[in-house]
Amino acid sequence: MEPVTRITSRTVVLPYTNIDTDQIIPARFLRTTVRSGLGGKLFHDWRYDSSGAPRADFPLNQPAAANCEILVAGRNFGCGSSREHAPWALLDFGIRAVISTEIADIFSSNALKNGLLPIVIDAAHVDWLLAHPGAELAIDLESSTVALPDGQIATFQIERFARYCLLQGLDELGYLRSQERVIANFELQRA
Amino acid sequence: MKTMFHKIWERHEVVPETVDTPAVLYIDLHLIHEVTTPQAFTKLRELGVRVRRPDLTLATMDHSTPTRSAQVFGGAPIMLDSAAAQINALERNCTDFGVELFNLRHDLRGIVHIVGPELGLTQPGKTVVCGDSHTSTHGAFGALAFGIGTTEVGHVLATQCLLQRRPKTFAVNIEGQLRTGVTAKDLILALIGRIGVAGGTGHVFEYRGSAVRALNMEERMTVCNMSIEAGARAGMIAPDETTFEYLAKCPRAPKGADWERSLTDWRSLPTETGAAFDKEVTLDGGRIEPMVTFGTNPGMVMPISAEIPSPADDPVFNKALAYMGFTAGAPIRNQSVDVVFIGSCTNGRLSDLRGAAEVLRGRKVAKGVQLLVVPGSQQVKRAAEAEGLDRVFIEAGADWRESGCSMCIGMNGDNVGAGQVSVSTSNRNFEGRQGPGARTLLASPLTAAASAVRGRVTDPRELLGA
Repeated sequence: MEPVTRITSRTVVLPYTNIDTDQIIPARFLRTTVRSGLGGKLFHDWRYDSSGAPRADFPLNQPAAANCEILVAGRNFGCGSSREHAPWALLDFGIRAVISTEIADIFSSNALKNGLLPIVIDAAHVDWLLAHPGAELAIDLESSTVALPDGQIATFQIERFARYCLLQGLDELGYLRSQERVIANFELQRA
Repeated sequence: MKTMFHKIWERHEVVPETVDTPAVLYIDLHLIHEVTTPQAFTKLRELGVRVRRPDLTLATMDHSTPTRSAQVFGGAPIMLDSAAAQINALERNCTDFGVELFNLRHDLRGIVHIVGPELGLTQPGKTVVCGDSHTSTHGAFGALAFGIGTTEVGHVLATQCLLQRRPKTFAVNIEGQLRTGVTAKDLILALIGRIGVAGGTGHVFEYRGSAVRALNMEERMTVCNMSIEAGARAGMIAPDETTFEYLAKCPRAPKGADWERSLTDWRSLPTETGAAFDKEVTLDGGRIEPMVTFGTNPGMVMPISAEIPSPADDPVFNKALAYMGFTAGAPIRNQSVDVVFIGSCTNGRLSDLRGAAEVLRGRKVAKGVQLLVVPGSQQVKRAAEAEGLDRVFIEAGADWRESGCSMCIGMNGDNVGAGQVSVSTSNRNFEGRQGPGARTLLASPLTAAASAVRGRVTDPRELLGA
């Protein structure tokens, strides 16, 4: 996996609370056996009308959203299903970090395993970001900070081991597999 | 003094967590299905890794499988090629990696969260995971059960372990006695309405209190199933005589001396008196009414006799009502209904079908309403047919199908049409959940059946004479 250290980008904003994974990637697009190619289906039913034409008023369809790598959303982003297709779709579209005041547990865990940063910061800063789409931010994972355009700094927490793996570009499975002897001993002792 | 959660967690710590590293947590039962595993098996192939404990892994097919008998048993092609590809991939992966599979025609196949418990594989004190958020269902047995993503499915396949930080604990006390016509589904919807869809984030629920103790195992599964809809990592209920009586009849539960040993162990699991929880909430079970959702998440829920709330100036709330086509301040009762779905891992068990049949017996589905009844597993289907429930449904005008997730998630072609209103016994009323543009109202099997008869959202007590 590529290391994740710093993301500098403008934001695209979805000013809704409780954005669930069925919106991020509707279930009918989960009938796939690969991880790739889901970006075109990201927020499909919000992005396109029933004839398949893009909805001009949807933030991700607007010209300003092109190449934005940071998504800002209302509280409790990613609630609902455990589908890892949600972070896969966001990454495939080009989003590398999601900022909110609260992010659902399973989504957050899935995001970290794919190099998508689930960033929870305080409500005052999120409110400002929700009101200022297109703000230019600098996210630094090492210091776990978000630098806002006015020079303010918001801090966030990423579980330490996940952060270490992201910074080093390591797959967590490598660490788990290195515990094989301990796991085997554990099984023997329980038997 | 320890909670049940803490006891189970500690027993499964292969390596305890430190400041720098999460715990390595051992998994006793890994349930897999066709939708969230293909990419995990691909990873195993890339690494040249086998499934470490095929004996602790069980596969079934449920999410994208057809429910029409001809497509399951009759040799008709599966309507969706992409679904057929997932079904074939799971067959191949299970063969190649030596995992037991209940394939499409298997008589033990069904929804993953119905199959594990009915076999007796779900047991008190176990850690149970699956690439599905409704894995919380298995907590009804006093297991620690939670949903994981596909990368973690790969971790468990390869190592039988997961890297996990210990979540917090949350006591949900429900005292009193549920009234006639009020079900476990209404109880869990009332809780979600009370604490919200993120009320449980970062926590594991333990459901306690006299109203919970009085529930049978199927009802307990309905409650634990929707823990995730309040954002909780898992939901658990302490094992008791109700649990043991259920498991004693299950084919893969421990037998003989093993059973006696297990019983002794299981009796040691419940939370000790005085153990502290990080959070707590108390509900009066006797005051819960039949509940129905009116918006686009399970927290937007109300008593069936109430009026749709109208918070001042909330654009997200207004967007949800506009999607549903509802007006703030209007009653939810008598809203017209197009489709009724009875099934899912929430309410697809035998007692759910019995409840719905009690309402439907001798009655007809209202003109213009489609009623789809989908048993949770092939075992549930056979048991329902053995007591004639299928006849009740068919004579009422319902469509009686083979088991699967079906219209709960609309992945297999069983969809609600755009703009149609569906009363559904499933677990999610998110926009488009049952099909693009579908408007879902979550309710109990009793409320769903009553609404099918009237063609309008109906309090089941009006038909039950309660």
